[in-house]
Amino acid sequence: MPALTYREAIRDAMSEAMRRDDDVFVMGEDIAEMGGSMGVTQGMLDEFGPDRVRNTPISEMAIVGAGIGAAVSGMRPIVEVMYQDFMTLAMEQLVQQAAKHRFMSGGQIKVPLTIRTQGGAGWSPGAQHAQQLEAWFLHVPGIKVVFASTPADARGLLWSSIYDDNPVVFFEHRTLYNLKGDVPAEIDGIELGRARVHREGEDVTIVATGRLVHEALKAAEEAEQDGISVEVVDPRTLLPLDEETIVASVRKTSRCVVAHEAVVRMGFGAEVAAIVQHQAFDYLDAPVERVGAKFAPIPFAPVMEEYVIPHAEDVLAAVRRTMGKD
Amino acid sequence: MAQVLPAEHDVRRIIGDGDGVADGEVEGLDDAALLDLYRAMVLLRTYDERSVVYHSQGRVGTYAIFWGHEAIQAGSALALADEDWIFPSYRESAIGLLRGMTPETVLSWWRGHPAGWWNPREFRIASITVPIATHVPHAVGYAWGARLKGESACALVYFGDGATSEGAFHEGANFAAVMRAPVVLLCNNNQWAISTPLSAQTRAEFLADKAAGYGMPGVRVDGGDVLAVYQATSEALARARAGHGPTFVEALTYRCAPHVTADDPTAYWDAQRVERERENECLGRYDRYLRRLGVLSDELAEDARDDALERMKSGIAAAEALPPPDPEVVFASAYVDPPPTLREG
Repeated sequence: MPALTYREAIRDAMSEAMRRDDDVFVMGEDIAEMGGSMGVTQGMLDEFGPDRVRNTPISEMAIVGAGIGAAVSGMRPIVEVMYQDFMTLAMEQLVQQAAKHRFMSGGQIKVPLTIRTQGGAGWSPGAQHAQQLEAWFLHVPGIKVVFASTPADARGLLWSSIYDDNPVVFFEHRTLYNLKGDVPAEIDGIELGRARVHREGEDVTIVATGRLVHEALKAAEEAEQDGISVEVVDPRTLLPLDEETIVASVRKTSRCVVAHEAVVRMGFGAEVAAIVQHQAFDYLDAPVERVGAKFAPIPFAPVMEEYVIPHAEDVLAAVRRTMGKD
Repeated sequence: MAQVLPAEHDVRRIIGDGDGVADGEVEGLDDAALLDLYRAMVLLRTYDERSVVYHSQGRVGTYAIFWGHEAIQAGSALALADEDWIFPSYRESAIGLLRGMTPETVLSWWRGHPAGWWNPREFRIASITVPIATHVPHAVGYAWGARLKGESACALVYFGDGATSEGAFHEGANFAAVMRAPVVLLCNNNQWAISTPLSAQTRAEFLADKAAGYGMPGVRVDGGDVLAVYQATSEALARARAGHGPTFVEALTYRCAPHVTADDPTAYWDAQRVERERENECLGRYDRYLRRLGVLSDELAEDARDDALERMKSGIAAAEALPPPDPEVVFASAYVDPPPTLREG
């Protein structure tokens, strides 16, 4: 199995799709000569030329809006929105337009648009470049939402996103770009809406996304030394959500911790907690715990940022609480 | 580099006034084509007038009136090639009638029935996006996508004067110019955005001047003159198809009907101006032009009107005869592959 970084895996999915399919192209700010602000599209301009690796003006609304138009014309555009914080500038196009186009034509057109965006804290980017806003998008019927945490998942899920006939928002986490991992020799899609069980366990299920998958795995290692057996589940696709895998895991372990980097309040974890209490109520031995950022803007100062965002120790503490060992 | 050209300020006109201002003509439009434009305008006018009546009878919902805008709509739509796409605002809700759509479909749209969801690919007319100007980037993306596919199709996007204040207009226009997208930006400047007059919308003297800022040509045309609109749109399309990028066309008119059926404009408009504008409305002007030319007779005019009325009559009857929709349709069409877990909410 070849090993790729998370960044290379994402690039590989895009490049391979563009080699196989003339309808696929990428568009975004500074993605051509510069290769994107995170270097994800580096080298693609040389291979595919400026029409298919298209630098755009600084216009998030038009990047997503033109992506919709191009998708309706029969293309499979991949648009890059440099920071997910900047998705706020494109929300009308996503929520009102991309998500509604198929519905408002009675299912007669499709919008096979992939919006790649990245974000996350842990490198001190400040309050306007560090947020995890994925919960905003989960409230909108008509789109799919993906959040990959490993190179193999990133490549397979992006491949499926590109070839999905619905608009897909594909979240990448800034701190994972250099993470290296094995990927299958042949590129292949990973079905959207299927979770991955990273680690099996008997006592507690951690449902984690993005960077917190890795924090959860660290917490699981430490918990094991305490004699607590932890299962770690990464939903990978947040919309639609693989409820079956999550619920089956909790029915087995009887305890559940949900961990994400976004703020806890009204977050993805609240939805998972609701699903678990509804579908596994009789199995639960402890209240569902939620781990996430404190309800504050992400600060620029590194020491303050560390204070606000969740880490492995926070996940471990939540695991211990579910075991009555706090 | 794109050239930054000053926009034209003179308002283009073809139709004279039957008095001191002589009639012009559009090269390439024979009598049959002139009458096609006439019939298109009559059909739109009839659709609009009947819709207001149907609304008052409770047979269609709130309706965006386009009385007096028929020259802009027919003049531009008939300049398009079949393959070109139209991106309408709600003011152009019935533009599909000019591409073979039945009144039943458009009336169903205003009745809130799924039968009103036309197939955008069949008619090359995008679904109407009601928020203002948000479809400008779609038209640009469509045109760019078609260009990437090696097709010669262009896009025509309609929006009002108020839309030029929106960010989506700015981003879309700039995008179009930078990408040299084959798109025509057609601004229906009827001088009102609901109750806000143009003078409170912008300090720019002419909306067409905005084009210069994007490095694209801007032209002003009399929106009550169907031939001038046809000619300006044709020129813009030829430019787009030749790979020279977008054009901003400002079609000047005056909204002398309420914004929508739910609006009472007496609170804000100038009744005397409205009266004057109504006397000079576009269909009457074109009717008189064609008669001066000897192309239109009473018989032809009556036939156009009767045909349009008949289509409306059967359209509303067919729309009203449709069974109520199955609510399950909401799940069938939001996703290509509706996820089963999402039905619960």
